[in-house]
Amino acid sequence: MSDTRPLCLSGKGVTKVFGFGEKKTVAVDHVDFEFHEGELISIVGESGSGKTTISKMLLGLTSVTDGTIYFQGKPLDIRTQKKKKEYWKDIQAIFQDPFSSYNVFHKIDQVLLDCINMRGGKKLSMDKKIEMMTEACSFVNLKYAELTNKYPFELSGGQMQRLMIARIFLLKPKILLADEPTSMIDACSRATILDMLMNLRNEIGMTIIFITHDIGLAYYISDSVYIMEHGKFVESGTADEVILNSKAPYTKRLISDVPKIYEEWDLNTVTFSTES
Amino acid sequence: MKNTLRQVFHSPKFVAGFIIFVAVLMTLFIYPLFNPGNPLQMLALNSFSKPGTYVSVYDSIDTDSIVMKLPGAAEKRLEDKLSMDDRLAMKEWLVTAGVPEGDIDTTDTTNLLKIWKEKYDPSIKPAGMTIAKRNYYKRLTIDLDKALNSNEVTIATPNAETGALEEAKKINDTDYVNTKDVTNAITLPLGTDNFGRDVLKELVSAARTSIMIGFIAGIIATLIGLSTGLLAGYVGGMVDELILFITNLFTVIPGFIILILISYGIGQENRGATTVAITIGLTSWTWTTRSVRSQVISLRNRDHVNLSKLSGHSLPRIILSDILPYIASYVVMALILQISTAILAEAQLSMLGLGPKTTEVPTLGLMMNWAMVYSAHTHGYWWAYFPVLLIIALVSFSLNLMNTGLDQVFNPTLRD
Repeated sequence: MSDTRPLCLSGKGVTKVFGFGEKKTVAVDHVDFEFHEGELISIVGESGSGKTTISKMLLGLTSVTDGTIYFQGKPLDIRTQKKKKEYWKDIQAIFQDPFSSYNVFHKIDQVLLDCINMRGGKKLSMDKKIEMMTEACSFVNLKYAELTNKYPFELSGGQMQRLMIARIFLLKPKILLADEPTSMIDACSRATILDMLMNLRNEIGMTIIFITHDIGLAYYISDSVYIMEHGKFVESGTADEVILNSKAPYTKRLISDVPKIYEEWDLNTVTFSTES
Repeated sequence: MKNTLRQVFHSPKFVAGFIIFVAVLMTLFIYPLFNPGNPLQMLALNSFSKPGTYVSVYDSIDTDSIVMKLPGAAEKRLEDKLSMDDRLAMKEWLVTAGVPEGDIDTTDTTNLLKIWKEKYDPSIKPAGMTIAKRNYYKRLTIDLDKALNSNEVTIATPNAETGALEEAKKINDTDYVNTKDVTNAITLPLGTDNFGRDVLKELVSAARTSIMIGFIAGIIATLIGLSTGLLAGYVGGMVDELILFITNLFTVIPGFIILILISYGIGQENRGATTVAITIGLTSWTWTTRSVRSQVISLRNRDHVNLSKLSGHSLPRIILSDILPYIASYVVMALILQISTAILAEAQLSMLGLGPKTTEVPTLGLMMNWAMVYSAHTHGYWWAYFPVLLIIALVSFSLNLMNTGLDQVFNPTLRD
């Protein structure tokens, strides 16, 4: 890759092993990657290929068994709670299942206030905080007045995921890790949410690491694509390189599983792959 | 929260258990208001007096009496005088005197007396009968005559100077007094125990102490179990290994044995109710730890916990606000079960004589222990142990019912 933008996240031989002895499972197997600032990277792979594990490692939610992750060129050091807290100001996430992403005992205000507090807005006046929350909500087409004093489970899945984006809007991180943010949402809301994510990216200029199993979606939105199979990156490069000129057989299979991604969809001719 | 409460109070099992428990608790707190006094005061010098109302014989002499002629009063009196042993002895004599055995019915008092009057002759000396036995028959006949003739009884008091008896009052067989008019009377609904204490009063006090022991022990056990379980489950790693090691140690050695050893080690003199409660609490936390730990492990990788971490919340805050509320219902259930187990554990310990000091407070277990030591069960003094058993059963039944009800509310797969 010949990207001149500075590196924001990169990894050398990053490995994650669960268990030991006979029950040993290698979830992520010596992967190398280079994510540049402002880029939109997609990590594509099927269920169980290690996508979520690598996202957890990047977020610092699980330890790395072997290898090093570099953040802005320096090895990532998140051994203390304080350093973790600093790191999490720069990297944030949107999770797959909006229904389980919220603490059901906390009100929506609490979720948004936490973000303001994290950005150092603890001492702001309540009016100012409400103004910020209203702005964030309107960015994702939600009305703060309707949400205040409500619990997250009173919203629909799409609204919850939009609230997640509002959270990111308030936090303004350098990197956003979106772990299949649209897979639990119906098709109509999906487009809206992707649209909002792209708007947000333009607004803050952040790097987005988009994790998905939908190679079609990945092609539409990303600058570069990493294809993951059994814990390894089998192919990587710009979206055009990988999708239009794929070399790995796994990539070809993924593409054939999602037919006609670069032409108009004709549902009558959809063929399903018979290989397993 | 409001919804959950409403749901809980719509579960018939929980409501039934709750009502029983509250009713027992109310009784325990209201009864002493009407019947104050030291529950350990020894009222009677005899042990195991039957349940009933006791009136002072002394005071009843001075009480104004009325004359009543109740039908069959004399027969009743006579019947009460003649014990089954006397009847059988009478039959024995009559048979040796030549009355056919078939004619004598020991349960028919009137007929028996009729035959006795006709046939009995103190001068006859049946073969092989001792003098003592013959004297017994003479005494029996005199007693029967007295009962039948219903003579007045004279109450006499000795003159202070001369020492001669002076008639104070004559009592007829038709004189009756109202028990309410007798100055000194006491109703013992459950009689007295081996020490002559009022069993009901003692039971109320004992049940209060036992429930208190249950609560203290249950809360201690739940607090220890909860904090170790949360720590082991959430922090994991070395902390988890260490806590699990200690928990396993306590699990493989039967808790009750440890409890007995600790209780024995503390010594009789130092064992108050609170000490016993703390001892029980300190030995019964293990399964709370294990189950809380497994619940927390399943929770700690949920997205809402990850989100909380990403929001920069500290470890105590995550445990308190993201983990604890999710297992709160479970912890309440564990607490209820721990209370019930602790009440039973106290009863078991005290039965073995390792309960609280006997001179300070009664507990349900101690009452059982006393009843057992003084062989109440072999003599049929049911009032000394059966009400205690009933209270223990009622309290633990109601607590378990509440627990099952809660379980059904919080675990939809168990709903029927």
